Amino acid sequence: MPPNQNLNKSIMSDIASRVKAIIVDKLGVDENEVVNEASFTNDLGADSLDTVELIMEFEKEFDIQIPDDQAENIATVGQAISYIEDAKK
Amino acid sequence: MELKRVVVTGLGALTPIGNNIEEYWDALVAGKSGGAPITYFDTEKFKTKFACELKNFDPLDFFDRKEVRRLDRFAQYAIVASDEAIKDSGINLDTVDKYRVGVIWGAGIGGLETFQNEVINFATGDGTPRFNPFFIPKMIADIAPGNISIRHGFMGANYTTVSACASAANAMIDALNNIRLGHSDIIVSGGSEAAVTMAGMGGFNAMHALSTQNDNPETASRPFDATRDGFVLGEGSGALILEEYEHAKARGAKIYAEVLGGGLSSDAYHMTAPHPEGNGVVAVMENCLRNAEMKPEDVDAINTHGTSTPLGDVAELKAISKVFGEHAKTININSTKSMTGHLLGAAGAIEAISAILSMKHGIVPPTINHEHKDENIDPELNLTLNKAQKRDVKVVMSNTFGFGGHNACVLFKKYDE
Repeated sequence: MPPNQNLNKSIMSDIASRVKAIIVDKLGVDENEVVNEASFTNDLGADSLDTVELIMEFEKEFDIQIPDDQAENIATVGQAISYIEDAKK
Repeated sequence: MELKRVVVTGLGALTPIGNNIEEYWDALVAGKSGGAPITYFDTEKFKTKFACELKNFDPLDFFDRKEVRRLDRFAQYAIVASDEAIKDSGINLDTVDKYRVGVIWGAGIGGLETFQNEVINFATGDGTPRFNPFFIPKMIADIAPGNISIRHGFMGANYTTVSACASAANAMIDALNNIRLGHSDIIVSGGSEAAVTMAGMGGFNAMHALSTQNDNPETASRPFDATRDGFVLGEGSGALILEEYEHAKARGAKIYAEVLGGGLSSDAYHMTAPHPEGNGVVAVMENCLRNAEMKPEDVDAINTHGTSTPLGDVAELKAISKVFGEHAKTININSTKSMTGHLLGAAGAIEAISAILSMKHGIVPPTINHEHKDENIDPELNLTLNKAQKRDVKVVMSNTFGFGGHNACVLFKKYDE
Protein backbone atom coordinates (compact mmCIF):
# COMPACT_ATOMS: atom_id res chain seq x y z
CA MET A 1 0.00 0.00 0.00
CA PRO A 2 1.48 3.38 -0.95
CA PRO A 3 2.20 5.55 2.07
CA ASN A 4 -0.28 8.31 1.11
CA GLN A 5 -3.21 5.86 1.26
CA ASN A 6 -2.22 4.85 4.75
CA LEU A 7 -2.18 8.48 5.77
CA ASN A 8 -5.58 9.01 4.15
CA LYS A 9 -7.05 6.09 6.07
CA SER A 10 -5.84 7.39 9.40
CA ILE A 11 -7.27 10.85 8.70
CA MET A 12 -10.62 9.23 7.89
CA SER A 13 -10.77 7.23 11.13
CA ASP A 14 -9.70 10.37 12.97
CA ILE A 15 -12.73 12.23 11.55
CA ALA A 16 -15.05 9.42 12.63
CA SER A 17 -13.73 9.38 16.17
CA ARG A 18 -13.92 13.17 16.49
CA VAL A 19 -17.50 13.20 15.17
CA LYS A 20 -18.45 10.50 17.65
CA ALA A 21 -16.79 12.31 20.54
CA ILE A 22 -18.83 15.45 19.76
CA ILE A 23 -22.05 13.44 19.67
CA VAL A 24 -21.27 11.73 22.98
CA ASP A 25 -20.53 15.10 24.57
CA LYS A 26 -23.47 17.08 23.20
CA LEU A 27 -26.19 14.46 23.40
CA GLY A 28 -24.99 12.91 26.66
CA VAL A 29 -25.23 9.40 25.18
CA ASP A 30 -23.09 6.33 25.68
CA GLU A 31 -20.25 5.82 23.21
CA ASN A 32 -21.57 2.34 22.32
CA GLU A 33 -24.81 3.83 21.05
CA VAL A 34 -23.05 6.09 18.57
CA VAL A 35 -22.94 3.67 15.63
CA ASN A 36 -23.02 4.71 11.98
CA GLU A 37 -26.68 3.76 11.49
CA ALA A 38 -27.86 5.65 14.59
CA SER A 39 -30.28 8.49 13.83
CA PHE A 40 -29.75 11.63 15.92
CA THR A 41 -33.46 12.12 16.56
CA ASN A 42 -34.84 8.56 16.53
CA ASP A 43 -32.03 6.73 18.32
CA LEU A 44 -29.95 9.27 20.21
CA GLY A 45 -32.71 11.48 21.68
CA ALA A 46 -31.78 14.69 19.89
CA ASP A 47 -34.40 17.39 19.37
CA SER A 48 -34.37 20.14 16.75
CA LEU A 49 -32.10 22.38 18.84
CA ASP A 50 -29.63 19.57 19.55
CA THR A 51 -29.38 18.86 15.84
CA VAL A 52 -28.57 22.48 15.06
CA GLU A 53 -25.95 22.48 17.82
CA LEU A 54 -24.35 19.31 16.47
CA ILE A 55 -24.02 20.79 12.99
CA MET A 56 -22.45 23.93 14.47
CA GLU A 57 -19.99 21.85 16.47
CA PHE A 58 -19.01 19.90 13.34
CA GLU A 59 -18.44 23.18 11.50
CA LYS A 60 -16.25 24.47 14.30
CA GLU A 61 -14.30 21.27 14.88
CA PHE A 62 -13.52 20.69 11.20
CA ASP A 63 -13.44 24.31 10.05
CA ILE A 64 -16.09 23.80 7.37
CA GLN A 65 -19.41 25.40 6.42
CA ILE A 66 -22.48 23.18 6.20
CA PRO A 67 -25.30 25.04 4.39
CA ASP A 68 -28.77 24.60 5.92
CA ASP A 69 -30.18 22.70 2.94
CA GLN A 70 -27.36 20.16 3.23
CA ALA A 71 -27.55 20.00 7.02
CA GLU A 72 -31.12 18.75 6.64
CA ASN A 73 -29.76 15.60 4.97
CA ILE A 74 -27.42 14.78 7.87
CA ALA A 75 -29.64 12.64 10.06
CA THR A 76 -27.37 9.80 11.14
CA VAL A 77 -23.87 9.40 12.55
CA GLY A 78 -22.68 7.79 9.33
CA GLN A 79 -24.13 10.60 7.18
CA ALA A 80 -22.29 13.17 9.30
CA ILE A 81 -18.99 11.30 9.00
CA SER A 82 -19.21 10.87 5.24
CA TYR A 83 -20.30 14.48 4.68
CA ILE A 84 -17.30 15.74 6.63
CA GLU A 85 -14.92 13.28 4.96
CA ASP A 86 -16.08 14.57 1.57
CA ALA A 87 -15.77 18.16 2.69
CA LYS A 88 -12.21 17.60 3.92
CA LYS A 89 -10.98 15.79 0.77
CA MET B 1 -68.53 35.92 42.59
CA GLU B 2 -67.01 34.70 45.81
CA LEU B 3 -63.24 34.45 45.93
CA LYS B 4 -61.78 31.04 46.75
CA ARG B 5 -59.49 30.61 49.75
CA VAL B 6 -55.87 29.76 49.01
CA VAL B 7 -53.48 27.76 51.19
CA VAL B 8 -49.84 26.68 51.03
CA THR B 9 -49.44 22.91 50.86
CA GLY B 10 -45.81 22.38 49.88
CA LEU B 11 -42.42 24.03 50.26
CA GLY B 12 -39.01 23.66 48.64
CA ALA B 13 -35.76 25.58 49.06
CA LEU B 14 -32.26 25.66 47.65
CA THR B 15 -30.38 28.44 49.42
CA PRO B 16 -26.88 29.58 50.38
CA ILE B 17 -27.48 28.33 53.94
CA GLY B 18 -29.35 25.08 53.24
CA ASN B 19 -30.14 22.92 50.24
CA ASN B 20 -33.62 21.84 51.30
CA ILE B 21 -36.39 23.09 53.58
CA GLU B 22 -35.14 21.32 56.69
CA GLU B 23 -31.54 22.50 56.32
CA TYR B 24 -32.71 26.00 55.42
CA TRP B 25 -34.95 26.37 58.47
CA ASP B 26 -32.32 24.95 60.86
CA ALA B 27 -29.76 27.42 59.48
CA LEU B 28 -32.21 30.33 59.79
CA VAL B 29 -32.94 29.58 63.43
CA ALA B 30 -29.24 29.05 64.17
CA GLY B 31 -28.37 32.40 62.58
CA LYS B 32 -25.99 30.92 60.02
CA SER B 33 -24.34 33.18 57.44
CA GLY B 34 -24.10 32.15 53.79
CA GLY B 35 -21.41 34.72 52.94
CA ALA B 36 -18.05 33.45 51.64
CA PRO B 37 -15.41 34.24 49.00
CA ILE B 38 -16.67 33.67 45.44
CA THR B 39 -15.57 30.32 43.99
CA TYR B 40 -17.21 30.55 40.55
CA PHE B 41 -14.67 32.88 38.90
CA ASP B 42 -11.47 34.78 39.55
CA THR B 43 -12.42 37.90 41.50
CA GLU B 44 -8.98 39.52 41.50
CA LYS B 45 -10.16 42.58 39.55
CA PHE B 46 -13.59 42.79 41.17
CA LYS B 47 -14.43 45.31 43.85
CA THR B 48 -16.54 42.77 45.73
CA LYS B 49 -14.96 39.33 46.03
CA PHE B 50 -17.60 37.49 48.04
CA ALA B 51 -21.23 36.44 47.80
CA CYS B 52 -23.71 33.93 49.17
CA GLU B 53 -23.20 31.04 46.75
CA LEU B 54 -24.93 27.69 47.11
CA LYS B 55 -22.78 25.16 48.99
CA ASN B 56 -22.21 21.55 47.89
CA PHE B 57 -24.70 21.80 45.04
CA ASP B 58 -23.87 19.46 42.19
CA PRO B 59 -26.42 19.63 39.36
CA LEU B 60 -25.48 16.07 38.38
CA ASP B 61 -27.15 14.89 41.59
CA PHE B 62 -30.43 16.05 40.03
CA PHE B 63 -29.99 16.04 36.24
CA ASP B 64 -28.19 14.04 33.59
CA ARG B 65 -25.30 15.62 31.74
CA LYS B 66 -27.41 16.63 28.74
CA GLU B 67 -30.03 18.34 30.91
CA VAL B 68 -27.32 20.25 32.77
CA ARG B 69 -26.02 21.64 29.47
CA ARG B 70 -29.52 22.72 28.41
CA LEU B 71 -30.42 24.50 31.65
CA ASP B 72 -28.96 27.71 32.98
CA ARG B 73 -28.32 27.50 36.72
CA PHE B 74 -31.36 29.65 37.50
CA ALA B 75 -33.55 27.04 35.79
CA GLN B 76 -31.74 24.14 37.49
CA TYR B 77 -32.37 25.77 40.87
CA ALA B 78 -36.04 26.30 39.98
CA ILE B 79 -36.52 22.65 39.12
CA VAL B 80 -34.73 21.37 42.23
CA ALA B 81 -36.76 23.56 44.63
CA SER B 82 -40.07 22.95 42.86
CA ASP B 83 -39.47 19.17 42.81
CA GLU B 84 -39.02 19.31 46.60
CA ALA B 85 -42.19 21.39 47.03
CA ILE B 86 -44.27 19.15 44.76
CA LYS B 87 -43.09 16.06 46.64
CA ASP B 88 -43.73 17.77 49.97
CA SER B 89 -47.28 18.66 48.92
CA GLY B 90 -48.14 15.01 48.32
CA ILE B 91 -49.95 15.86 45.05
CA ASN B 92 -50.67 12.66 43.17
CA LEU B 93 -49.22 13.42 39.75
CA ASP B 94 -51.06 10.48 38.20
CA THR B 95 -54.54 11.60 39.20
CA VAL B 96 -54.39 15.41 39.52
CA ASP B 97 -56.15 17.38 36.73
CA LYS B 98 -53.04 18.79 35.09
CA TYR B 99 -55.04 21.32 33.08
CA ARG B 100 -55.80 22.96 36.44
CA VAL B 101 -52.20 23.03 37.68
CA GLY B 102 -50.09 26.03 36.66
CA VAL B 103 -46.63 27.40 37.29
CA ILE B 104 -46.21 31.12 38.00
CA TRP B 105 -42.57 31.83 38.74
CA GLY B 106 -40.40 34.82 39.63
CA ALA B 107 -36.99 35.63 38.18
CA GLY B 108 -35.44 39.08 38.29
CA ILE B 109 -32.89 38.45 35.57
CA GLY B 110 -32.91 34.86 34.32
CA GLY B 111 -29.99 33.13 32.62
CA LEU B 112 -27.37 35.81 33.15
CA GLU B 113 -24.43 33.40 32.99
CA THR B 114 -25.66 31.98 29.71
CA PHE B 115 -26.05 35.48 28.29
CA GLN B 116 -22.60 36.50 29.54
CA ASN B 117 -20.83 33.45 28.14
CA GLU B 118 -22.51 33.57 24.75
CA VAL B 119 -21.66 37.24 24.33
CA ILE B 120 -18.06 36.67 25.44
CA ASN B 121 -17.85 33.89 22.89
CA PHE B 122 -19.16 36.14 20.14
CA ALA B 123 -17.05 39.14 21.14
CA THR B 124 -13.83 37.12 21.17
CA GLY B 125 -14.55 35.50 17.78
CA ASP B 126 -14.12 36.86 14.24
CA GLY B 127 -17.53 38.54 14.15
CA THR B 128 -19.37 35.52 12.75
CA PRO B 129 -22.53 35.17 14.83
CA ARG B 130 -22.08 31.56 15.92
CA PHE B 131 -24.54 31.64 18.80
CA ASN B 132 -25.52 28.35 20.38
CA PRO B 133 -29.10 27.32 19.54
CA PHE B 134 -29.71 26.93 23.29
CA PHE B 135 -28.59 30.52 24.01
CA ILE B 136 -32.04 32.10 23.94
CA PRO B 137 -34.10 29.23 25.37
CA LYS B 138 -31.59 28.80 28.23
CA MET B 139 -31.44 32.49 29.03
CA ILE B 140 -35.02 33.78 28.90
CA ALA B 141 -36.55 34.33 32.35
CA ASP B 142 -39.71 32.37 31.54
CA ILE B 143 -37.88 29.14 30.77
CA ALA B 144 -37.86 28.13 34.45
CA PRO B 145 -41.65 27.65 34.69
CA GLY B 146 -41.57 26.30 31.13
CA ASN B 147 -39.21 23.54 32.21
CA ILE B 148 -41.15 22.81 35.40
CA SER B 149 -44.32 22.28 33.36
CA ILE B 150 -42.54 20.10 30.82
CA ARG B 151 -41.11 17.97 33.64
CA HIS B 152 -44.49 17.33 35.28
CA GLY B 153 -47.02 17.90 32.50
CA PHE B 154 -48.75 20.86 34.19
CA MET B 155 -50.91 22.49 31.51
CA GLY B 156 -52.43 25.44 33.40
CA ALA B 157 -51.22 29.06 33.45
CA ASN B 158 -47.47 29.30 32.93
CA TYR B 159 -45.27 32.40 33.00
CA THR B 160 -42.61 34.37 34.84
CA THR B 161 -43.12 37.66 36.60
CA VAL B 162 -40.20 40.08 36.30
CA SER B 163 -39.99 42.92 38.83
CA ALA B 164 -36.36 42.65 39.96
CA CYS B 165 -36.20 41.77 43.64
CA ALA B 166 -39.99 41.71 43.99
CA SER B 167 -40.39 39.08 41.22
CA ALA B 168 -41.20 36.06 43.42
CA ALA B 169 -43.70 38.04 45.49
CA ASN B 170 -45.38 39.18 42.27
CA ALA B 171 -45.50 35.55 41.19
CA MET B 172 -47.13 34.45 44.45
CA ILE B 173 -49.71 37.25 44.24
CA ASP B 174 -50.57 36.29 40.66
CA ALA B 175 -50.81 32.66 41.78
CA LEU B 176 -53.08 33.68 44.66
CA ASN B 177 -55.39 35.66 42.39
CA ASN B 178 -55.44 32.97 39.72
CA ILE B 179 -56.67 30.40 42.25
CA ARG B 180 -58.97 32.89 44.00
CA LEU B 181 -60.76 33.49 40.71
CA GLY B 182 -61.21 29.77 40.16
CA HIS B 183 -58.89 29.43 37.16
CA SER B 184 -56.65 26.78 38.77
CA ASP B 185 -56.63 24.31 41.65
CA ILE B 186 -52.89 24.41 42.18
CA ILE B 187 -50.10 26.80 41.21
CA VAL B 188 -46.43 25.99 41.66
CA SER B 189 -44.99 29.37 42.59
CA GLY B 190 -41.73 30.83 43.88
CA GLY B 191 -38.61 32.18 42.26
CA SER B 192 -35.03 31.48 41.35
CA GLU B 193 -31.92 33.45 40.50
CA ALA B 194 -28.29 32.70 39.61
CA ALA B 195 -26.59 36.05 39.18
CA VAL B 196 -23.30 35.33 40.96
CA THR B 197 -21.43 35.71 37.70
CA MET B 198 -18.85 38.16 36.38
CA ALA B 199 -21.59 40.23 34.73
CA GLY B 200 -23.78 40.16 37.84
CA MET B 201 -21.07 41.12 40.28
CA GLY B 202 -19.55 43.69 37.94
CA GLY B 203 -22.93 45.20 37.14
CA PHE B 204 -24.12 45.52 40.73
CA ASN B 205 -20.70 46.80 41.77
CA ALA B 206 -20.93 49.52 39.15
CA MET B 207 -24.17 50.68 40.78
CA HIS B 208 -22.45 50.76 44.19
CA ALA B 209 -25.18 48.41 45.35
CA LEU B 210 -22.97 45.70 46.86
CA SER B 211 -21.11 45.54 50.15
CA THR B 212 -17.36 45.69 49.64
CA GLN B 213 -16.36 44.32 53.04
CA ASN B 214 -14.08 41.71 51.51
CA ASP B 215 -12.41 40.98 54.83
CA ASN B 216 -15.72 40.00 56.45
CA PRO B 217 -17.77 38.00 53.98
CA GLU B 218 -19.72 36.28 56.76
CA THR B 219 -20.77 39.47 58.52
CA ALA B 220 -21.03 41.87 55.57
CA SER B 221 -24.80 41.48 55.23
CA ARG B 222 -25.87 43.46 58.30
CA PRO B 223 -29.31 45.00 57.77
CA PHE B 224 -30.14 47.89 60.14
CA ASP B 225 -26.54 48.07 61.46
CA ALA B 226 -25.03 51.56 61.30
CA THR B 227 -22.02 50.25 59.33
CA ARG B 228 -24.01 48.48 56.57
CA ASP B 229 -22.64 49.31 53.14
CA GLY B 230 -24.72 47.48 50.58
CA PHE B 231 -26.27 44.10 49.90
CA VAL B 232 -24.53 40.77 49.51
CA LEU B 233 -25.52 38.93 46.36
CA GLY B 234 -27.08 35.51 46.91
CA GLU B 235 -28.44 32.80 44.63
CA GLY B 236 -30.83 29.90 44.77
CA SER B 237 -34.52 29.20 44.71
CA GLY B 238 -37.65 28.89 46.80
CA ALA B 239 -40.85 27.11 45.77
CA LEU B 240 -44.34 27.17 47.26
CA ILE B 241 -47.36 25.12 46.28
CA LEU B 242 -50.44 27.35 46.42
CA GLU B 243 -53.68 25.41 46.39
CA GLU B 244 -57.37 26.10 46.51
CA TYR B 245 -58.53 25.37 50.06
CA GLU B 246 -61.34 22.90 49.28
CA HIS B 247 -59.08 21.06 46.83
CA ALA B 248 -56.41 20.72 49.52
CA LYS B 249 -58.97 19.60 52.12
CA ALA B 250 -60.51 17.04 49.78
CA ARG B 251 -57.21 15.27 49.24
CA GLY B 252 -56.24 15.49 52.91
CA ALA B 253 -53.21 17.68 52.24
CA LYS B 254 -51.10 19.08 55.04
CA ILE B 255 -51.65 22.83 55.15
CA TYR B 256 -48.85 25.17 56.20
CA ALA B 257 -50.65 28.49 56.05
CA GLU B 258 -53.36 30.48 54.35
CA VAL B 259 -52.39 33.15 51.83
CA LEU B 260 -54.58 36.05 52.93
CA GLY B 261 -53.71 38.67 50.39
CA GLY B 262 -51.17 40.61 48.41
CA GLY B 263 -50.40 44.24 47.78
CA LEU B 264 -48.64 45.98 44.91
CA SER B 265 -47.41 49.52 44.39
CA SER B 266 -44.74 51.58 42.69
CA ASP B 267 -42.40 54.25 44.06
CA ALA B 268 -42.61 56.27 40.82
CA TYR B 269 -39.46 57.98 42.02
CA HIS B 270 -36.06 56.69 40.82
CA MET B 271 -34.63 53.75 38.85
CA THR B 272 -32.71 52.36 41.81
CA ALA B 273 -32.95 54.63 44.86
CA PRO B 274 -35.79 54.06 47.31
CA HIS B 275 -38.14 56.94 48.06
CA PRO B 276 -36.64 58.55 51.20
CA GLU B 277 -40.00 58.63 52.99
CA GLY B 278 -40.92 55.19 51.70
CA ASN B 279 -44.19 56.41 50.15
CA GLY B 280 -44.51 53.43 47.81
CA VAL B 281 -43.62 51.08 50.64
CA VAL B 282 -46.33 52.58 52.86
CA ALA B 283 -48.79 52.14 50.00
CA VAL B 284 -47.85 48.51 49.34
CA MET B 285 -48.32 47.45 52.98
CA GLU B 286 -51.63 49.31 53.18
CA ASN B 287 -52.78 47.74 49.90
CA CYS B 288 -51.81 44.32 51.21
CA LEU B 289 -53.69 44.74 54.51
CA ARG B 290 -56.76 45.95 52.63
CA ASN B 291 -56.58 43.08 50.16
CA ALA B 292 -56.29 40.60 53.03
CA GLU B 293 -59.06 42.34 55.01
CA MET B 294 -56.76 42.59 58.01
CA LYS B 295 -55.99 45.45 60.40
CA PRO B 296 -52.44 46.59 61.21
CA GLU B 297 -52.94 45.28 64.77
CA ASP B 298 -53.41 41.75 63.42
CA VAL B 299 -49.81 41.49 62.19
CA ASP B 300 -47.33 39.74 64.52
CA ALA B 301 -44.22 39.62 62.36
CA ILE B 302 -42.75 41.25 59.25
CA ASN B 303 -40.06 39.67 57.12
CA THR B 304 -38.58 42.86 55.72
CA HIS B 305 -36.97 43.48 52.39
CA GLY B 306 -34.04 44.68 54.59
CA THR B 307 -31.18 44.33 52.12
CA SER B 308 -28.44 46.01 54.20
CA THR B 309 -28.27 49.11 52.04
CA PRO B 310 -27.87 52.48 53.79
CA LEU B 311 -31.01 54.11 52.34
CA GLY B 312 -33.39 51.20 51.83
CA ASP B 313 -33.35 49.80 55.37
CA VAL B 314 -34.22 53.10 57.01
CA ALA B 315 -36.93 53.96 54.48
CA GLU B 316 -38.60 50.59 55.03
CA LEU B 317 -38.61 50.89 58.83
CA LYS B 318 -40.00 54.42 58.62
CA ALA B 319 -42.76 53.10 56.41
CA ILE B 320 -43.52 50.29 58.86
CA SER B 321 -43.83 52.82 61.69
CA LYS B 322 -46.14 54.91 59.57
CA VAL B 323 -48.43 52.00 58.60
CA PHE B 324 -48.49 50.24 61.97
CA GLY B 325 -48.17 53.20 64.37
CA GLU B 326 -47.65 52.20 68.02
CA HIS B 327 -48.33 48.55 67.13
CA ALA B 328 -45.07 48.53 65.14
CA LYS B 329 -43.16 48.26 68.42
CA THR B 330 -44.78 44.93 69.21
CA ILE B 331 -44.06 43.36 65.82
CA ASN B 332 -41.15 40.95 65.33
CA ILE B 333 -39.31 42.54 62.44
CA ASN B 334 -36.46 40.61 60.84
CA SER B 335 -34.28 40.39 57.75
CA THR B 336 -33.33 36.90 56.64
CA LYS B 337 -31.05 38.50 54.04
CA SER B 338 -28.58 38.95 56.91
CA MET B 339 -28.03 35.19 56.50
CA THR B 340 -28.92 34.30 52.92
CA GLY B 341 -27.75 37.42 51.15
CA HIS B 342 -30.02 38.90 48.52
CA LEU B 343 -31.47 36.34 46.14
CA LEU B 344 -33.00 39.02 43.88
CA GLY B 345 -35.92 37.46 42.02
CA ALA B 346 -35.96 34.49 44.43
CA ALA B 347 -35.85 36.62 47.59
CA GLY B 348 -39.62 36.90 47.96
CA ALA B 349 -39.95 33.11 47.79
CA ILE B 350 -37.35 32.07 50.35
CA GLU B 351 -38.48 34.89 52.65
CA ALA B 352 -42.13 33.88 52.41
CA ILE B 353 -41.01 30.35 53.29
CA SER B 354 -39.18 31.68 56.36
CA ALA B 355 -42.28 33.67 57.33
CA ILE B 356 -44.54 30.63 56.94
CA LEU B 357 -42.20 28.39 58.93
CA SER B 358 -42.10 31.05 61.70
CA MET B 359 -45.80 30.41 62.18
CA LYS B 360 -45.40 26.64 62.05
CA HIS B 361 -42.56 26.55 64.60
CA GLY B 362 -43.40 29.61 66.72
CA ILE B 363 -39.92 31.05 66.16
CA VAL B 364 -38.84 34.19 64.33
CA PRO B 365 -35.36 33.83 62.78
CA PRO B 366 -32.89 36.57 63.66
CA THR B 367 -31.38 39.51 61.85
CA ILE B 368 -27.74 38.53 62.35
CA ASN B 369 -24.52 40.55 62.23
CA HIS B 370 -25.88 43.45 64.21
CA GLU B 371 -23.33 45.37 66.28
CA HIS B 372 -23.79 49.11 65.82
CA LYS B 373 -27.02 50.96 66.46
CA ASP B 374 -28.14 53.26 63.66
CA GLU B 375 -29.47 56.47 65.18
CA ASN B 376 -31.85 56.90 62.24
CA ILE B 377 -33.70 53.79 63.37
CA ASP B 378 -36.33 53.88 66.11
CA PRO B 379 -34.71 51.95 69.03
CA GLU B 380 -38.13 50.78 70.18
CA LEU B 381 -38.60 48.57 67.11
CA ASN B 382 -37.91 44.87 67.72
CA LEU B 383 -35.58 43.95 64.87
CA THR B 384 -35.04 40.39 66.20
CA LEU B 385 -31.35 41.13 66.45
CA ASN B 386 -28.74 38.36 66.43
CA LYS B 387 -30.83 35.65 68.11
CA ALA B 388 -34.04 33.92 67.06
CA GLN B 389 -37.06 34.78 69.23
CA LYS B 390 -39.92 32.57 70.30
CA ARG B 391 -43.21 34.03 69.21
CA ASP B 392 -46.62 32.60 68.48
CA VAL B 393 -46.90 34.18 65.05
CA LYS B 394 -50.45 34.08 63.70
CA VAL B 395 -50.19 36.62 60.88
CA VAL B 396 -46.98 37.45 59.07
CA MET B 397 -46.15 39.92 56.31
CA SER B 398 -43.38 39.53 53.75
CA ASN B 399 -42.04 42.63 51.97
CA THR B 400 -40.08 42.83 48.74
CA PHE B 401 -39.03 45.84 46.70
CA GLY B 402 -37.32 45.84 43.33
CA PHE B 403 -35.13 48.21 41.32
CA GLY B 404 -37.52 50.15 39.17
CA GLY B 405 -39.57 51.01 42.24
CA HIS B 406 -41.67 47.83 42.24
CA ASN B 407 -43.12 46.95 45.64
CA ALA B 408 -44.90 43.70 46.47
CA CYS B 409 -46.13 42.49 49.83
CA VAL B 410 -47.79 39.22 50.83
CA LEU B 411 -49.71 38.36 54.00
CA PHE B 412 -49.94 34.83 55.41
CA LYS B 413 -52.03 33.49 58.27
CA LYS B 414 -51.37 30.48 60.43
CA TYR B 415 -53.66 27.62 59.50
CA ASP B 416 -55.89 26.26 62.23
CA GLU B 417 -57.99 23.17 61.60
